[in-house]
Amino acid sequence: MLYQDTVESEVLVHKPWFVASIFALVLALFLTINLTGTVMGEVMRPVIGDPLESGFYGRFAIAFVIAVMFCLNLVLIGFGPLIVQIVVVWLELLVLFIGFFNLFNLSLPFIWDNLPLLISQGVFTTLYVSAISLLFASMIAIVAAIAKLSTNGFAYGIASFYTSFFRGLPLLMQIYLVYLGLPQLGIVIDAVPSGILALSLCIGAYMTEIFRSGIASIDRGQWEASRSMGFGFGLTMRRIVLPQALPVIIPPTGNMFIGMLKDSSLVSVLGVWELTFLARTIGQPTFHHMEMLIAAAIIYWILSVCLEMIQGRIERHYARSKVR
Amino acid sequence: MTASKIHQLKNVPSQREPTDAADMLHLQPTSFQGPSGKKQVTMTSDKIIEATHVSKWYGTFRALTDVNLTVRKGERIVICGPSGSGKSTLIRCFNRLEAHQEGEITVNGIRLHNKMRNVTEVRKNVGMVFQHFNLFPHMTVLMNCMAGPMWIKDVPEAEAKKTALQFLERVRIPEQANKYPVQLSGGQQQRVAIARSLCMEPAVMLFDEPTSALDPEMVSEVLETMTSLARDGMTMVCVTHEMGFARAVADRVIFMDAGRIVEEAAPKDFFTKPQHDRTKLFLGQILQH
Ligand SMILES: Nc1ncnc2c1ncn2[C@@H]1O[C@H](COP(=O)(O)OP(=O)(O)O)[C@@H](O)[C@H]1O
Ligand SMILES: [Mg+2]
Repeated sequence: MLYQDTVESEVLVHKPWFVASIFALVLALFLTINLTGTVMGEVMRPVIGDPLESGFYGRFAIAFVIAVMFCLNLVLIGFGPLIVQIVVVWLELLVLFIGFFNLFNLSLPFIWDNLPLLISQGVFTTLYVSAISLLFASMIAIVAAIAKLSTNGFAYGIASFYTSFFRGLPLLMQIYLVYLGLPQLGIVIDAVPSGILALSLCIGAYMTEIFRSGIASIDRGQWEASRSMGFGFGLTMRRIVLPQALPVIIPPTGNMFIGMLKDSSLVSVLGVWELTFLARTIGQPTFHHMEMLIAAAIIYWILSVCLEMIQGRIERHYARSKVR
Repeated sequence: MTASKIHQLKNVPSQREPTDAADMLHLQPTSFQGPSGKKQVTMTSDKIIEATHVSKWYGTFRALTDVNLTVRKGERIVICGPSGSGKSTLIRCFNRLEAHQEGEITVNGIRLHNKMRNVTEVRKNVGMVFQHFNLFPHMTVLMNCMAGPMWIKDVPEAEAKKTALQFLERVRIPEQANKYPVQLSGGQQQRVAIARSLCMEPAVMLFDEPTSALDPEMVSEVLETMTSLARDGMTMVCVTHEMGFARAVADRVIFMDAGRIVEEAAPKDFFTKPQHDRTKLFLGQILQH
């Protein structure tokens, strides 16, 4: 939460200058777009006559009505309590979004037909690849983070080379390198393990930095207290430092994981049957590209929202020793 | 024990029968024998900390120069001196939070050196209380106290809990056991920190300015706890500028300046007839308020 001042100021959307400038902006925006041929034109027929004949007057009237509605909406939302404001804004944006997708003339039955496969095969593979990669990435990250914080030159060297290399290369490149490069060394692995390996190594490199900064954020006094009680390095790390670093580590890690969920789509280039691959292979031959892509997009979104909620829960759990 | 009684002690290292750590926490008849001769000093089992000719450098900066200090069982020693004189550095060398480069430090019969394997053994026997408490904020007060015995002394949970509650009782905050450290006042946190160290049943307690981060009205509750510890015979080395505490409790007061021990005397002599100009100046500065 931002720190709110205790002095109440007038709601922004109720300030005349703000509403006026928004009004002007919206009016200008819609004047540049000719909406006379759309539903809006039809709705305005009683006022402007035949929409297609109305010319500038019609355009202006439409833009004016839209601007008035928009500003009215803003002002009304401004009266609601916080939670109502949030819900209304979400719903309105969703409606706009659906309206936008409607323009594509999507075939809903086609989506319904393929949804089961998309979920049972695609979502499953995507989640499974991401989850295993996250697990490996965390393990790599912990070791590499400790190595980067250590005074051992050898360990530091390896760890910093690792993070530099894997953060420096595009993920797509790494996936190809693992899948096509390792066989050159005589190591042939399947597409799924290759994908997991590449993802783990790449995400692990980013997470190394998250873990490193998390561990480094712990006050020196904690180490000293722990050491002075006779706890060794492992115990101090496991029971004192990492538990305290977790609240610092979890938000960016959750962020990483949500990002990775979608980066896992890059594994589709190896022919792994995850969400993106399926969406494309089902959509392509039947010319239902858009349907499948949008369906997949919405599924990704829903998954991300779920992860966001899980992340929120974990954060609240770890916040308990901070509350007064 | 009353303050006047302590004043009779002068510069006499107290000579007591070694008892095990648990005993020391209970009231012990403090029988002080007469002036001890050099021959008694050689009894090694009696010395909890022995530092001889200790020097320490931070890089090229010499933080300690030829420090000699012996702490015997049951002794209470107060170290004072201007900021930056090396007080913290010295007591942090005693549990090897810092490494010394020259001289010898022996704690509870174990010599501290670079390649030692049993530093944990030393730390189990040396409790430390920090200026900023350094409680573990992610654990409850009770868990802070139970962690040490459970994790490195393999004490069963039930027993650790019993001991922890006992010591929380002793520092008079048993009712806070299930709170988190942030929910406590500074004075309470510091008393929990003391209880946490006591749970390890250490042979000696080190205090590094335990009251200097506290609001004035909380200083006394912590000092009272420390005084009662001293009364029960705990061996203590306290870095503090609480001269009232030093006068009432200390067997010896040590004055440090620029990494050296400048003066070492019984509180009575230390405050009434300091020998060195540096000590006089320092005492003048802190007592005039
Ligand atoms: N980690 C360190 N690195 C370098 N110099 C240090 C370090 N710790 C302490 N010092 C220096 O050593 C001297 C003694 O410090 P310290 O023991 O903390 O003094 P005191 O506790 O008496 O105020 C000071 O001059 C301080 O600047
Ligand atoms: Mg200090």
